[in-house]
Amino acid sequence: MAVETKAAQAAEDKELLISGSEAVAEALTLADIDVVTAYPIRPYDTVMQAIAKKISGGQLQAEYIVAEGEHSQFEIVKHASMVNARVFCGSSGVGWAYAMECLVVTPSLRVPMVALVGNRALDDPGAFGVEHNDALFVRDLGWMLCWIDTSQEALDTTLIAYRVAEDRRVFLPLAISADGAFLTHSQAITMVPPKEKVDRFLPRYDRGDLQLHPDNPITVAPQVNEDWVIEIRRQTNEAMKRATTVIEEAYTDFRRVFGRGPENPWFEEYMTEDADVILIGMGTISLPLKVAIREMRAKGKKVGLVRLRWFRPFPTDRLVAALSKAHAIGVIDRDYSFGSPFGSGVVANEVRAAMYNAATRPPLVSFTGGLGGREVTLEDVHKVTEMCFAAAASGKSDVQTHWLGVRE
Amino acid sequence: MAAFTAEIVYRGIFQKNLAARIVRGIVLSARKSGRWGIAFGRYGDSPQRNGIPAKDFAIVADTKEELEQNMARYEPKHVDVTICVDDTLAKGVESWAWYGLQPLNRLIVPGGTLLITSLQPYGDILRDIHRKDTPFTMALIRARASFSGLWVYKEDHTEVRILGALAKIVPAFLSLDAVCQAVSEMEWGSDLKVASARKAYDRLESREIEAGEGNPETPYSFELPRWWEMREGVSIPAIPLGKPKEGGKGYVPERNPYFKKFSTRTMRPVIDFDTCVKCNLCWISCPDSCFDVMPDGTFDANMESCCGCGVCEAVCPVEKCITMVNESVFDDNASQWDAWRQDKDAYRTWMIDKISNTQATVRSHGFRFRGQYEEELKSELDAGGQAITAGIPGENAQHKTV
Repeated sequence: MAVETKAAQAAEDKELLISGSEAVAEALTLADIDVVTAYPIRPYDTVMQAIAKKISGGQLQAEYIVAEGEHSQFEIVKHASMVNARVFCGSSGVGWAYAMECLVVTPSLRVPMVALVGNRALDDPGAFGVEHNDALFVRDLGWMLCWIDTSQEALDTTLIAYRVAEDRRVFLPLAISADGAFLTHSQAITMVPPKEKVDRFLPRYDRGDLQLHPDNPITVAPQVNEDWVIEIRRQTNEAMKRATTVIEEAYTDFRRVFGRGPENPWFEEYMTEDADVILIGMGTISLPLKVAIREMRAKGKKVGLVRLRWFRPFPTDRLVAALSKAHAIGVIDRDYSFGSPFGSGVVANEVRAAMYNAATRPPLVSFTGGLGGREVTLEDVHKVTEMCFAAAASGKSDVQTHWLGVRE
Repeated sequence: MAAFTAEIVYRGIFQKNLAARIVRGIVLSARKSGRWGIAFGRYGDSPQRNGIPAKDFAIVADTKEELEQNMARYEPKHVDVTICVDDTLAKGVESWAWYGLQPLNRLIVPGGTLLITSLQPYGDILRDIHRKDTPFTMALIRARASFSGLWVYKEDHTEVRILGALAKIVPAFLSLDAVCQAVSEMEWGSDLKVASARKAYDRLESREIEAGEGNPETPYSFELPRWWEMREGVSIPAIPLGKPKEGGKGYVPERNPYFKKFSTRTMRPVIDFDTCVKCNLCWISCPDSCFDVMPDGTFDANMESCCGCGVCEAVCPVEKCITMVNESVFDDNASQWDAWRQDKDAYRTWMIDKISNTQATVRSHGFRFRGQYEEELKSELDAGGQAITAGIPGENAQHKTV
């Protein structure tokens, strides 16, 4: 009896007031990572600071290596992962770009590294605020890519990320994107689970036959020619396809162990059941969208939100099913793709592509907003929704991309 | 159905940890009554420079939805309480992110409160604080500004005194018991600090400030250009060259019209032009190039661009030729050299009045020699201060979580 009580107490979550970055560090501590590399760039640097504190406080035992730049930072974890270390790394903006050569090799080498991208506008003009173009650099390369919204989601998703990436069916790198400032630097009430629960959810990383070890003599990344490349790409493609199943499994199991987490891993649906207009966005933009949606609902306007969590693998079928019900779709990109179809952002063009074979294709209006961390105001959202209702009434897509918040 | 928003205006780096403790304290105290909250800094203030005005915010609400309602913007547009932990900030707040100079009380809602640590009388503070169209309350905690740094923390209980005072100002959100409980649970908390919070609650003074009362000056501001007005290629016009003074004998360069920097200053150099030996050291050493060459070969510190770092005082080879004096005893940014040139006797009287003010020449921050902190600490203890040697890193260090 006494033992049971103790176990029940031990299984209780701890409530902390922490930022998104600190929540990631909590998760890394619970996941008992082995090697972490660091090179400062805002806003990602808050994560490395939080991990350093965990190590110096004796809560986490891990190798903490300060590299001389992002390129080496990612090289080091790549090699550590090869010898079966659970690794973590991250960056922001042009720091992530500087690491690009090391980022592109990890999917084909099947390195399940987990990285945090603290989203930051690319230079110039050297701003710190959020844009999603940095993380999106790797969207075509075999990296899994997801966006988070709250400190709680930061913690939970980091645990899920290791579970998914280190699954032998997947073995692909995974980047978690967190909006700079809004998430990385804001402290919110967060529930931190005990280690016992995490141990029930997250198995040890086992690289198996791919582990570099004297007892398992292998050569990794030999030089090859055109006779080999397509097959390697096909393998990565297969792993990415398998990731879909593994992600579904991981969320189901997460709910079982932790008693929280979404039914639908891929995207959050907010008031979409009867929505005439569905807005789509990623990350913390959900906040003004939800508040504005509540205001509009109070006036009888049926608007809903789909907040995409997973961008790679892209949840095509489920998203199409969710969006087909609407009379118009509004996509708000916190990124840009200059010269792209209709000058739209990346998400809008992905959604358009996903909808191409859908039986019903509601009109789609695309928006670019919040660049460089600028506020997307409630007024902006009301304007967006009006344009979407106009598109719904006319039944036609408004092909131009509207910029929000720019000084015209 | 209610929410409460507070901002803390503080000095970058010197008070960064202080402000962070206060906003965390607000949210954790409100949590005691089951409320939800968020604490965050103004991202645009980063990376901070020494002394530059910066802001932290705390929002607490009865429900998560109300919290979202109040969080759904980059930073609050209105606050119930503005907390200011250095009274020289009363002159205005200029972030390095090119916002212009903003009155300290700008965001306070009608009937809201400005909570400020100061030893000055109300009237002196009001000379600096810009007038507002709506009334507000000025609440005072009698204290010197608490300055430390990024890596050190001055355990002078300012954070808990602010929290105790807030319990008096907004008891519906932060009860005194909740504050005391939260303080006692902090990694830096202690019984002594709980007592300090209670004392601040008891001793808080306040005065109603009427609409239109205060500094009549219109702070400088500017409009941001539209996208098509901006030069392409992320290029901006250079600062114009400036003007020769008195036929080329002196020279006054132009300064950045958009980012003036003077609100960074807590102390300013007061110059004795009569004893200046024209050695150039202040002019060479000033990190902000704020010294102008005057026709007689002396150097005038341009008060629009001086950040008050005190390097000039440190390098000046002549005793008392440059003396750093607290910003609160000055009313404008006028040229000292012009005043001296106009009436040397009057200037001398003014200068001696300033530099012999022992209150105003106490160094607000920074140390001039190794061991100064220990010396100051000893003198404060000798004067009856309370030893809090266990306060660093905190009596509750074992509770440290993050």
